[in-house]
Amino acid sequence: MPPALTRFAWATALATLGLIALGGLVTSHGVGMAVPDWPTTYGYNMFLFPISQWVGGVFYEHTHRLYASLVGLLTLILAVWLQWRSPSRTLSRWGWVALGLVVLQGVLGGLRVNLMMDSLGIGHAALAQAFLVLLVLLAVATTQRWQRWCESGPSVDPAVGRWVLGTTLLIFVQLVLGASMRHQHAGLAIPDFPLAYGGIWPPTDAAFLDRINALRSDVRDFHPITAAHVHLHMAHRLLGIVLVGLVAMAAMKLRRGFRGSNGLRGLAYLWKGLIAVQVLLGASTVWFNKAADVATAHVVVGAACLAVGAIGSALCVVAARRGTLADGRKVGSPVLSRAGARSDAAVPSAG
Amino acid sequence: MTHTLKVLAGALIVASVATAQAGDITGKVTLKGTPPAEKALPLDPACGKLWPNEKPKTRFFVTGADNGLAEVLVYLKGGDLKPDAAAKPALLDQKGCEYVPHILGLQTGQKLIVRNSDPVLHNVHGTPKINKEFNLAQMAGGKDIERTFESSEVFVRMKCDVHVWMFSYVGVLPHSYHAVTDKDGNFKISGVPAGKYTLVAAHRKSHGSEEKALTQEITVGDAAVSANFTVEVAAAQ
Repeated sequence: MPPALTRFAWATALATLGLIALGGLVTSHGVGMAVPDWPTTYGYNMFLFPISQWVGGVFYEHTHRLYASLVGLLTLILAVWLQWRSPSRTLSRWGWVALGLVVLQGVLGGLRVNLMMDSLGIGHAALAQAFLVLLVLLAVATTQRWQRWCESGPSVDPAVGRWVLGTTLLIFVQLVLGASMRHQHAGLAIPDFPLAYGGIWPPTDAAFLDRINALRSDVRDFHPITAAHVHLHMAHRLLGIVLVGLVAMAAMKLRRGFRGSNGLRGLAYLWKGLIAVQVLLGASTVWFNKAADVATAHVVVGAACLAVGAIGSALCVVAARRGTLADGRKVGSPVLSRAGARSDAAVPSAG
Repeated sequence: MTHTLKVLAGALIVASVATAQAGDITGKVTLKGTPPAEKALPLDPACGKLWPNEKPKTRFFVTGADNGLAEVLVYLKGGDLKPDAAAKPALLDQKGCEYVPHILGLQTGQKLIVRNSDPVLHNVHGTPKINKEFNLAQMAGGKDIERTFESSEVFVRMKCDVHVWMFSYVGVLPHSYHAVTDKDGNFKISGVPAGKYTLVAAHRKSHGSEEKALTQEITVGDAAVSANFTVEVAAAQ
């Protein structure tokens, strides 16, 4: 695999993380509907919309759209490049799947605007995370290290893979919960942390909700808080606590499962570090009254936690398969032995 | 000076009641309690230029003389109230990156004209729960937008997503017997046919919707009717 392709794949994945950041800023600022038309922008071809009109919320939403177009272009180039130079047919196919996903993602974002449906915004946010995972795994699969891992990497107990993959899937669920909170446009359903309205579990009776809604005076005049908002918020907090434990456990199993691998040890430490930062950002989101930059950082680090978990999962799945093959055959061993021949070995298994 | 203003305001109320006649309903909405302090709107540079002096604030609880509560929608329910076929279009203007007025009463089918008097673009985003949502672009100096609402709904929120502090709330009613309290909390509904009605006072922040609004049963006959309301601010805990 050409090193330039690997670098390009990583650049596309990184650009996607940037796109998630921009999308996060749009929602954090509450300006997802600031451009009321799509694919046009205030009636203009979006690429010709005058910069002088990029004011207020339009700035964030329009920038998000333009940047998304760039990521779409990068994904197209990546798909073509993989088709051209990848020795794995399956890898090339995943490149086209990525292109399909980014197109679907764009259409979903457009429909969210045109149909004015908040629920589509949640799907848009969730698909963004899935798309990032795919691009990260594509990038990983183009590396020499991945090839070596597939050919002659260590084996591992499948239980380690289950821990890592299960934790990663729960992180995705957590990100969807977070997106659901953000797209309710109700602001902070619980304004204090670590307590909730001064207690362990907040009341949600009608009288209590009426009182807190009457006293909220944010300039953005959020939707009134409902019991469902409070429960959703608490579910996000509780799952966050569970995930701290799960990531710590899964990272420890990663380290112990791959004792000889410095890379895996680094990945495990990175994962734990990210989850620690994520907890701090989650708390700060509450403490700073959902300040847009803090809330967006929370989204971005959440995406990074997911991506790291996905990489760990992919490595574990390959290693676990190797560990369970009775005949000792190495997973993916035929791949690079036939120069230029295509095979399915260099595939991100958890992709 | 303040004392003089109070006297003048009192005189105006007295004059208002004194000039009320059969079919008129007059009264005052008063605020009890201490609401949260209003916050300065976080105007962006383009909008900030439109307010060279004092910056605007939120309008959750706007009070005047003697704690009179402004911007309360007062209207009738019940009876056999017919829509006013000759109702003129109502204007909702965007001035200084604010919707003016903040609270507006409207009749079903009555035309609502939304104007952009600002030198910046806005999007006009109506987010009703019963009527149909809409989100329309309106460039600086752009054409007026015209909308009607087919169903009664208190309140329909109008917002601008370009400027996230911009809101207006439209009370859509099946007739024209409604009023919005003035800066001192006074209201007057005129020409009401004789009969028994429920008089409703809905404050957007305190009540949000019709279900939680204050009500009084009234009978309109040969004489003017007076009715007062008190809106209580929830106690902070």
